[in-house]
Amino acid sequence: MTTGLDLQQSFVQFLEGVGLAPGAARALWMPLPMVAVLTFATIWALVATWLERKISAAVQQRIGPEYAGPLGMLIPIADVVKLLVKENVRPGRADRWLFTMGPVVVVMSVLLAYLIVPFGQNLVITDLGVGIFLWIAISSIAPIGLLMAGYGSNNKYSLLGGLRAAAQSISYEVPLALAVLAVAMMSNSLSTVDIVEQQTGYGILSWNVWRQPVGFVIFWIAALAECERLPFDLPEAEEELVAGYQTEYSAVNFMLFYAASYLNLVLSCLLVAVLYLGGWESPIPIETLASWLNLSLENPLVQVIAGMIGITMTLIKAYFMLFLAILLRWTVPRVRIDQLLDLGWKFLLPVGLANLLLTAALKLAFPAAFGG
Amino acid sequence: MTMIETRTEPMVINFGPHHPSMHGVLRLMVTLDGENVIDCEPVLGYLHRSMEKIAENRTVVQYLPYVTRWDYLATMFTEAITVNAPEKLADIPVPKRASYIRVIMLELSRIASHLLWLGPFLADIGAQTPFFYIFREREMIYDLFEAATGMRMMHNYFRVGGVAADLPYGWVDKCEDFCRYFLPKVDEYERLITDNPIFRKRVQGVGVLSREDAINWGMSGPMLRASGVKWDLRKVDHYECYDDFDWEVQWATDGDCFARYMVRLGEMRESAKIILQALKGLPGGPYENLEAKRMAEGPKSEWNGFDYQFVSKKPSPTFKIPKGEHYVRVEAPKGELGVYIIGDDSPFPWRWKIRPPGFINLQVLPQLVRGMKVADIMAILGSIDIIMGEVDR
Repeated sequence: MTTGLDLQQSFVQFLEGVGLAPGAARALWMPLPMVAVLTFATIWALVATWLERKISAAVQQRIGPEYAGPLGMLIPIADVVKLLVKENVRPGRADRWLFTMGPVVVVMSVLLAYLIVPFGQNLVITDLGVGIFLWIAISSIAPIGLLMAGYGSNNKYSLLGGLRAAAQSISYEVPLALAVLAVAMMSNSLSTVDIVEQQTGYGILSWNVWRQPVGFVIFWIAALAECERLPFDLPEAEEELVAGYQTEYSAVNFMLFYAASYLNLVLSCLLVAVLYLGGWESPIPIETLASWLNLSLENPLVQVIAGMIGITMTLIKAYFMLFLAILLRWTVPRVRIDQLLDLGWKFLLPVGLANLLLTAALKLAFPAAFGG
Repeated sequence: MTMIETRTEPMVINFGPHHPSMHGVLRLMVTLDGENVIDCEPVLGYLHRSMEKIAENRTVVQYLPYVTRWDYLATMFTEAITVNAPEKLADIPVPKRASYIRVIMLELSRIASHLLWLGPFLADIGAQTPFFYIFREREMIYDLFEAATGMRMMHNYFRVGGVAADLPYGWVDKCEDFCRYFLPKVDEYERLITDNPIFRKRVQGVGVLSREDAINWGMSGPMLRASGVKWDLRKVDHYECYDDFDWEVQWATDGDCFARYMVRLGEMRESAKIILQALKGLPGGPYENLEAKRMAEGPKSEWNGFDYQFVSKKPSPTFKIPKGEHYVRVEAPKGELGVYIIGDDSPFPWRWKIRPPGFINLQVLPQLVRGMKVADIMAILGSIDIIMGEVDR
């Protein structure tokens, strides 16, 4: 197994070559991936909003934005600028701290989870041993932020929305964790990098989605519920609660919520790609491609190209899932709160448990195929 | 051992008059226990425009342009009842051709109204996309209205004794094209919506209204028919020329939101069928043919006969409503639209009482939503199909 591209090592070596102390060189490296991921995550979320507009327009036989830049691609920028220059209104009797901190907590928790999304062997901010578990842990902070926002707004719609968000997140965290657990059991690791590596070897055939079809569906449903996307967008159900917990928000604070929801969606799609669709692996393994072209993987140029293919692959898979999510949102009606909880507790949870049990049994029976 | 007691105060929450799914300016004061609805109190009157009082010092022709603002989505019906009331009181005959044109317009209007019920109903339960699909077809109906009447919504087309103008050149063909285009589109809605499991779960068994309750509450229209009463004024009253056509009353027995949905979809299909038959049987045929025949045969032509006119005689602006009182009703898309008129042998009606179907149907809302979830309020309210213009008048 090749280690592939290691930007950190090259960067540190380069700085040391210029004459910096090893510690200083490493310290200089540290902020770079964080800034890069922050920037790229924001861009991906903006692209997601544009896609949402364009795809929903196509579904509804409209054209969608078309004048702001080519194909209306500048419309997310226009959105951001508009929200930045708007007056930030806080209702008179809202709780100042809860109201202000709510969106911040939500965005922070989502952004933090980008830490563990790998785009290549070494293209990940931190390859934590608890990787995917960290995401599950962090993602349960977001509903606290929503609850803060809902409770602090001094608005009954907001309060109901916040409570719905809390109830929904708690119910869907469990099947989500169970689905992830089955994958982790097969990979013998919680690290996202290990999970992807375990899906290598046979290209598209080695992806987890074939070995975990049930888990894949559970994960996808639960992830949609976690992202509060239709058919599970109860906390912000427009026709019932006006805008749920965001009712009283405007300008930058609203933008934070808006950004958080799309960041979260992109993150969930990325994680589907990582957990079930082979992460950065291309459908035909890079090694095979390289051998067809008689290229050595040690070649630096090949490594750079392989790294870029890896990033592209991850994004293609993630955006395919995003496309499905958007299509779903504009096709189906919304479920009711009791149906939502029934689905979570009475259907996904038992199915998730059965799936976990089945995975364990298969792992014992066929250790070769199920990562024994 | 002491138990920790958890107790919640019921929350009174205000929906509307400015709320995305209150269909205009309805206001509901809802008492909630968590997500459960304990009580619901509708508050009306935000769109009250003294429609009935204004009628008392307007002649029929003066009042006609205003009536399309009662139910602004089924405009032809408001005009129909406005001219029917004095017509019946003064016993003014309507030529057969005019009656056919009226039926065509009424049924087109019924389709338009049901379409603009379907979109918001689905939007109320979270699916936004059908809204755009229904507008595609509704636009065509409004184009037809525009071609025939000059206006898309507030057409002012009906006149005492007939309609304001004959159908223009080519209109009959266009309308027929529309009907043939529209019927498959209803199937398209069905494919998109009917068997969607989430949709089924949201509407089946929700807002069940029993047959007895529906009758006792004075329901009419699809609300009544979905509860198992086969009552359609077009069949019951035999008004206009509905008896000339072969069509079925759409009804269902479940009485829930889904039954109302199926009834309305079925009515759209039946309406399209009625229009097709009316276009075929239109006395005198399309306008261009009728005029050609008149010109060819000269003043003695049988095509100059009464039944081939679009209006019995040009209504006088000071048409006197004779002394007497009368209740006139039509089957509007939302139910029984009636007018109780008291004439005083003057151009103005002495009293003009409107019986709007939306207002009567809305009364049952508190009973239907009690004990349901918050989200069901929207599904039930959507299935009742109210237009605040006619509820508040």
